[in-house]
Amino acid sequence: MYKILEAKNLAGNIYEMIVEAPRVAARCMPGQFVIAKLDETAERIPLTITDYDREKGTIEIVFQPIGVSTTKYLDCKAGDSFEDFVGPLGRPSDLCEMSVEELKKLHIIFIAGGVGTAPVYPQAKWLHENGISCDVIIGAKTKDLVILEDKMSEVANVYVTTDDGSYGRSGMVTKCLEDLIAEGHSYDHCVAIGPMIMMKFCCLTTKKYGIKTIVSMNPIMVDGTGMCGACRLMVGDEVKFACVDGPEFDGHLVDFDLAMKRQTLYRTKEGEALLAYKEGKTHHGGCGECGGDR
Amino acid sequence: MAGNMMEKVPVREQDPKVRAANFEEVCLGYNEEEAVEESQRCLHCKNAKCIGGCPVNINIPEFIEAVKTRDFAKAYNVISESSSLPAVCGRVCPQETQCEGKCIRGIKGEPVSIGKLERFVADWAKENGIKPQGAPQKNGHRIAIIGAGPAGLTCAGDLAKLGYDVTIFEALHKAGGVLVYGIPEFRLPKDKVVEKEVENVRSLGVKIETNVIVGRSVTIEDLLTKEGFEAVFIGSGAGLPMFMGIPGEQAKGVFSANEFLTRNNLMKAYRDDYDTPIVCGKKVVVVGGGNVAMDAARTSLRLGAEVHIVYRRSEAELPARAEEVHHAKEEGIIFDLLTNPTEILADENDNVRGITCIRMELGEPDASGRRRPVPVEGSEFEIECDTVIMSLGTRPNPLISSTTYGLDVNRKLCIVAEEETGKTSLEGVYAGGDAVTGAATVILAMGAGKKAAAGIDAYIKAKEA
Repeated sequence: MYKILEAKNLAGNIYEMIVEAPRVAARCMPGQFVIAKLDETAERIPLTITDYDREKGTIEIVFQPIGVSTTKYLDCKAGDSFEDFVGPLGRPSDLCEMSVEELKKLHIIFIAGGVGTAPVYPQAKWLHENGISCDVIIGAKTKDLVILEDKMSEVANVYVTTDDGSYGRSGMVTKCLEDLIAEGHSYDHCVAIGPMIMMKFCCLTTKKYGIKTIVSMNPIMVDGTGMCGACRLMVGDEVKFACVDGPEFDGHLVDFDLAMKRQTLYRTKEGEALLAYKEGKTHHGGCGECGGDR
Repeated sequence: MAGNMMEKVPVREQDPKVRAANFEEVCLGYNEEEAVEESQRCLHCKNAKCIGGCPVNINIPEFIEAVKTRDFAKAYNVISESSSLPAVCGRVCPQETQCEGKCIRGIKGEPVSIGKLERFVADWAKENGIKPQGAPQKNGHRIAIIGAGPAGLTCAGDLAKLGYDVTIFEALHKAGGVLVYGIPEFRLPKDKVVEKEVENVRSLGVKIETNVIVGRSVTIEDLLTKEGFEAVFIGSGAGLPMFMGIPGEQAKGVFSANEFLTRNNLMKAYRDDYDTPIVCGKKVVVVGGGNVAMDAARTSLRLGAEVHIVYRRSEAELPARAEEVHHAKEEGIIFDLLTNPTEILADENDNVRGITCIRMELGEPDASGRRRPVPVEGSEFEIECDTVIMSLGTRPNPLISSTTYGLDVNRKLCIVAEEETGKTSLEGVYAGGDAVTGAATVILAMGAGKKAAAGIDAYIKAKEA
């Protein structure tokens, strides 16, 4: 069992938990993730590592309740436990594999969208601890959905932008990037993490400027250990598996349209299951969301 | 009832029509009377060929003799001297090419039903609470086993019986490996059989730590230097599924058999009370002819689909166990043999709507000794379907080989290990099972686990001397 030490709301429907997982905390690096399973009947859910404390043996995770299993996380409080919590999974971030000398030569920009801000934080923090500065764009739909701004500001130069202009700069993250470049910033390494559609457009923008761009893919996963093949992606002309080959890939080679289509595979099933969980087994479709009547 | 000595005592099975709609075990096994009757067919050959046909060399005539005299406890002890998972092997071994394939009875009639007798004995032992016998004394040496599948459990069980202090590290949340994620409930019940076999291995003093993925959570070097283990056995199993590389393979509705079976078996997606979803269409095409293909096909059938198996060679070359092919046909799976997919067709929303196949004919034998299938020009045709399950085998998982400096792998990225001892290129590191051979069977993995246990024992003893 993996004890939950803290559970809180970060913003809107974004939540954070601190979980005791000494083996994960001992080895995890920025860029990696965990898979958690709440109880016997729950799904295995890949979750972002936002921070870790090697001495205390703890992991901070951030999640948004979407399906039944993550909605059940909302009932968890300090003292409860995950039955299973495995990691770190995936390869560490490319940046962490480079030497400090190499990194010092780079002008690095992170583009973080929504919950994607969570996996950006440990990378920026790691760079900061190694004496390397970086810029971070935090993008959100609106003011109330901006997360981790304070923590991020301690380790990087932060630019916040909101789609509706309610806070920080106004507009999408891609506009913010172009504005920064127009203001005289220059970048040669970009890491974009957020919804797939955001990563896709970031890559289109950075391609224009010739900036190497790394994205962190979050496709559907089951075991997450390199066995089932559910998380396959097309990168260049090759089939790649996000759980062992990724989650980071060269964004200019990823087939985002395909990845986005594949992500919708279980949406109807998940929608039905969530409604059944919330409303009991009485829901028979017609809500326009679950597809149960189609 | 003096039966016909030329034929096996028939085994009771669920009716095909009934079982096609449930996940209960298909084969019901022998009862006591049937087992004793079948045991009388054994000729007790002096030079028993069946023993050599068994990858773990169970003393088959001796256990069958004990069944004949109704000393089932003794029969169990004979089997468990050689096998840690008899209830599993009695159910999933390809007996026709192993023990039963060598049986002298089989020359003129049907061989003795060794598999069904083994299953009976193992089930009887479980029902009567008989456990395998552990070592009287621990020797204090600590061994780490990677993977709680057939190879790892066997290696762990054997080492524990020799007195070693054994810990298994398992990446998934449940022990059993392919026995829990791959083989379906209707062939190998999870609670009744797999869990109990794992319990038996635990009862020998073996510790199992789940949720530890070696190569990520901890490395082999750490196990040997920081965690105090004197030797490591790698039984990490097969890895990522292979695909054909044909157009349309990324469409929605194309799954690997591994994903489909993992959702259904490990995550129990077929049950309403479990959260993991599974999408199984109305018409499913399974590509491949091995046991995994049969499992995926029969699972789809039970989820309500019409199922076709598309296989590029003929029936004689189907790699699956004979019993699985027989059961699949009885249940109504349609076999499209000498047929190979060339393209998967998708609708405007990228959902699978069909598969284009080409007819094949058998040409000259290839490297595997089987006749090579050759496409028949211009014979393309379409099969309408909404789901395609690819069951083409697997590639080794790169996690351990890429994080263990000095561990040799071959061209196919399988770990290189000596066949007789499991010894790898690194001192104190042994390996066996699918991680070494590529995808094979449960029993071959068990055989490798057994040899590696002996190899590790010899290594530790030599170090002490």
